[in-house]
Amino acid sequence: MARMKFLCDAERCIECNSCVTACKNEHEVPWGVNRRRVVTLNDGVPGEKSISVACMHCTDAPCAAVCPVDCFYTTDDGIVLHDKDLCIGCGYCFYACPFGAPQYPQQSAFGVRGKMDKCTFCAGGPLADNSNKEYEKYGRNRIAEGKLPLCAEMCSTKALLAGDGDMIADIYRQRVLKRGGRPQTWGWESAYGASG
Amino acid sequence: MKTTSTSARRHARIMLWSAVIIVVGAVFLPLASYVYVDLVSANAAAAQDANPRANYWRAIREGNAGYTSASGPYTTNVLIQNGGQNWRQLRNGPVASYTPWILAIVVLLIGLFHLIKGPQKLEGPLSGKTVPRWSLGERVLHWYTAVLFIILSITGLSLLFGRAVLIPVLGPQGFGAWADFAMLLHNYLGPFFVVGVLLEILAWMRFNIPNATDWAWIKKGGGMLSGEHVSAGRSNGGEKIWFWIVATFGVAVCVTGLILDFPNFGQTRETMQLTSIIHAIAAIIWVAVSLGHIYLGLLGSEGALQGMARGRVSVEWAKQHHDLWYEEVKNTATAETGEPAAGGSEAKQAG
Ligand code: SF4
Ligand code: SF4
Repeated sequence: MARMKFLCDAERCIECNSCVTACKNEHEVPWGVNRRRVVTLNDGVPGEKSISVACMHCTDAPCAAVCPVDCFYTTDDGIVLHDKDLCIGCGYCFYACPFGAPQYPQQSAFGVRGKMDKCTFCAGGPLADNSNKEYEKYGRNRIAEGKLPLCAEMCSTKALLAGDGDMIADIYRQRVLKRGGRPQTWGWESAYGASG
Repeated sequence: MKTTSTSARRHARIMLWSAVIIVVGAVFLPLASYVYVDLVSANAAAAQDANPRANYWRAIREGNAGYTSASGPYTTNVLIQNGGQNWRQLRNGPVASYTPWILAIVVLLIGLFHLIKGPQKLEGPLSGKTVPRWSLGERVLHWYTAVLFIILSITGLSLLFGRAVLIPVLGPQGFGAWADFAMLLHNYLGPFFVVGVLLEILAWMRFNIPNATDWAWIKKGGGMLSGEHVSAGRSNGGEKIWFWIVATFGVAVCVTGLILDFPNFGQTRETMQLTSIIHAIAAIIWVAVSLGHIYLGLLGSEGALQGMARGRVSVEWAKQHHDLWYEEVKNTATAETGEPAAGGSEAKQAG
């Protein structure tokens, strides 16, 4: 069984925000809610680097551990999803999440939070796959359609990788080898060919 | 002859030089570790300069903020915040596993007291005379705050322990619906409760200033175990302890509650994490102590409830529990004819 993961290659990300836009459009995410965002460190300084980040679908997910109504579940693919019919908008998952992934639509004055919304790895929610209800609450379920998350599919530099953890780790490893800079791979290309 | 003397001289020279080398080595070799450490740290510094990628990841792990063009109330420019895992471990660990014991131990102690010592009865027959103890305004304030306290305790405890205790009973859907309602109630009633608590503190501060009488009262445990009469003024030592629990733990709960209730003033996640831990611990201690207050008010001290219910207490109750205060107010004692005097009915039942 695949174990779905995200990986953002900081050497490639050019902070174009295509992933952010693709996500917003695909899932009709409301204003003020960002399932994915790009953060740039040392912005405008030589050596600046950007990372696109969303829910990382943690193995021992802190959000799930603190949720008072226990509304999170992990799919067989390792995707962390939640049930908006149970969520009470308490904000705890946002306090616990290392990546700032949980988001809340503002419902009224005094900072009252709506039901939590976050990246679903384009895998919808607990409602029937690809039903209208699922689309309204959780966005498109591309995984059920046999597709990968749109953010990664749209990434122009292929900095953002989404898919089975072993496969994207292999892709990344090959990139690191190609980039060189480390002597461990000396002679590999001539000995074994370009694909290593 | 000549050869032996030269060889002897050579021996002496070798020994001298060996001694010099050994002494110098013994002095300086241990210092070589300093050189080694210096070299290593120089290398590390060079590595820091030479490896911007490592610096970048280090900055992220330290929770440094960057720039993001995305904006929203919950959209942060920090890639990784480390406080969340600590908060999770504190909340799900010590807070959730130890605090129920505080409540359980208090309930157990009250139960033991009730079974072994039993409630404090009024002694002697009632004259039917009463003295005023709580004004109408004070009673309204007390019950307003008390009702909110009970609602907030039940809803708050539901949010902390419901996942473990109530989901198995109500099911996920049932508990989800209750938790939704409970959180709304908790969040909307909280500010009204804060007003009640603050007014109570202002109203009752003046007769809850500790004095020597209270110390004597506390040392004797209010006579609750020995059964003897311990002198007390308007408030006894126990009541003053309860007052100051409210004025400290209660105020902490109110302040942290407001911070949690209005997250729209730019509180950071770290603030909310710390605040929620303080709120939970202080609130549970408050609830635990309140159980003692509720027990004594309802069952533990016969005749006390009349004071907060009708405003007047029997002179017998006043003499028994607040002798010094009774001396001050005894000339206001009146015989009530229409209503039974405070504590009267129970006293008759108790014989
Ligand atoms: S919401 Fe945060 S804590 Fe939960 S799985 Fe996603 S990244 Fe992990
Ligand atoms: S906001 Fe919703 S999903 Fe997040 S912890 Fe609270 S109830 Fe659970």
